[in-house]
Amino acid sequence: MKKRRDKEKLAYLFLTSMVMIILSSVFMMFYFIISRGIKVINWQFLTQMPQKGMTAGGIFPAILGTLYLTIGAICFALPLGTSAAIYLTEYSAQNRLIRIIRIGINNLAGVPSVVFGLFGLAIFVKFLNFGVSILSGSLTLGILILPTIIRASEEALSAVPQSFREASLALGATKWQTIQKVILPNSISGILTGSILSIGRAAGETAPILFTAATFYTMRLPNSIFSEVQTLPYHIYALMTEGTHPESQVPIAYGTALVLVLLVLGLNLIAFALRNRFRRSKKW
Amino acid sequence: MKGKFFLKEKIIKNIFLLSSLTSIFFLVGISLILFKEGLPLFREINFIKFLWGKSWYPTCDPPEFGVLPLILGSFWITLGALIIAVPLGISAAIYISELATPKVRNFLKLAIEMLTGIPSVIYGFLGIVVLGPWLQNLLDLPIGLCSLTASLLLALMTIPTITSLSEEALFSVSKDYKEASYALGATKWETIIKVIVPAAFSGISTAVLLGMGRAIGETMTVLMVAGGAAVIPRSFLQPARPITATIALEMGEAVVGSSHYHALFSLACILFMVSLALNLTADYFLTKFRRTSQ
Repeated sequence: MKKRRDKEKLAYLFLTSMVMIILSSVFMMFYFIISRGIKVINWQFLTQMPQKGMTAGGIFPAILGTLYLTIGAICFALPLGTSAAIYLTEYSAQNRLIRIIRIGINNLAGVPSVVFGLFGLAIFVKFLNFGVSILSGSLTLGILILPTIIRASEEALSAVPQSFREASLALGATKWQTIQKVILPNSISGILTGSILSIGRAAGETAPILFTAATFYTMRLPNSIFSEVQTLPYHIYALMTEGTHPESQVPIAYGTALVLVLLVLGLNLIAFALRNRFRRSKKW
Repeated sequence: MKGKFFLKEKIIKNIFLLSSLTSIFFLVGISLILFKEGLPLFREINFIKFLWGKSWYPTCDPPEFGVLPLILGSFWITLGALIIAVPLGISAAIYISELATPKVRNFLKLAIEMLTGIPSVIYGFLGIVVLGPWLQNLLDLPIGLCSLTASLLLALMTIPTITSLSEEALFSVSKDYKEASYALGATKWETIIKVIVPAAFSGISTAVLLGMGRAIGETMTVLMVAGGAAVIPRSFLQPARPITATIALEMGEAVVGSSHYHALFSLACILFMVSLALNLTADYFLTKFRRTSQ
């Protein structure tokens, strides 16, 4: 028995040390980004244009570009994703078609991000002739986050108790009236949470916008949906690979990385807080 | 009045149906585009020569499009990542679901979830400025950006997938099994390793497969830290060039309609089919797991 107890202790020690390895990696990542990024960030860094061939100045165009792309992506994906989720939860019986749709959604979620980039390049940039632009990039990112939005919305919709639907139908409401007046108002918080998470995802993606939206050297702010843009993640990539002055570009990259991490984790935190708040205020 | 009502309901229903079909539409669209733009390459070169060719010199004259080094590069780096991530990820899952107190559990879940939130370009960036130089010093390498650096970072990125799905699988193992095992006099650890983990095996396999899919499709990190040499990898300390990095690096300069352009789309076809196969297998395991655990 003692030998078995010792074995157990050894195993627990192993598990604990594995967890510690993961935790310290997470800690190290944040330590480097925060400690080195914080020295660079100030008001000018956030609000000025880049200067001297990207070796000085701020990252305002990149912040703005990321904002435009994510807004565009969500405008495209949110209505589409929510409607898809409504069909899956409210209308469908468990049949073959639904099974195929679900497999489609799961597999779309697993497509490598660079493949979305190629699709965007072939369809939006070349075939529809939108060029390398905010529009092409937003649509590409929109398709990328579609599965996430569908899943989150589906979860939110199916959390509405069945009795709500039955009560509404019993009052003589049609299916659409029930969805509009009962189900959507009661699930909007969950749908919002999912959308905020997808915005975070879209803001951090680089590979899909490499050939559809992003540019490094630009001196102008985008003035239409057909302009190319700088974005935060692409800016980091370009600073590390295209520049010729690493000593002045690496600090800018650290600053940009901190802004991006704060943006993405901030969005995650907001989603988390919203979810908890709505959960508490639910009456069922 | 009634007829009009029904018509409206019907139209609305079909709008929702159409929206839910868009995912399939996009998935089919993506595969059609990849094949349409990829297949013209094989008018110029032999398919076998493409798949088994050992040299990738797309811009030389005459160009060579042998993708074997790139495919092996992808698998090599993914293999490295899994060797690191599977033990770490599954251990963390066991710890979270069986040993941790509720408070510790929530903290660990949050910390691991943060790894998913961090964009991949940040991993690549830290690989270049921190991990690469550090490994170079530690192991006395000629260059810090190699397969090992990429595998380590990819491992960190796949751990959340492996941990959260494995944890879910472990958690859903019926309590009866556990109690039966304790009643037979087994210690907690014996119960975990001989009863709970085997019962959750297909769920854990799904987790590993999806983690593998994530690693093989990851682009920015490997593009930035794998070193970029298109040679058949022989050690983890040498640079490699996976499929994703090649596409991301060269698509910008490839002339539309050239054989280089078609070759990159063919590469994407291979990547797409590999990840599709992984996802479908994972899907199969998951359905099976759900059926047996009910």
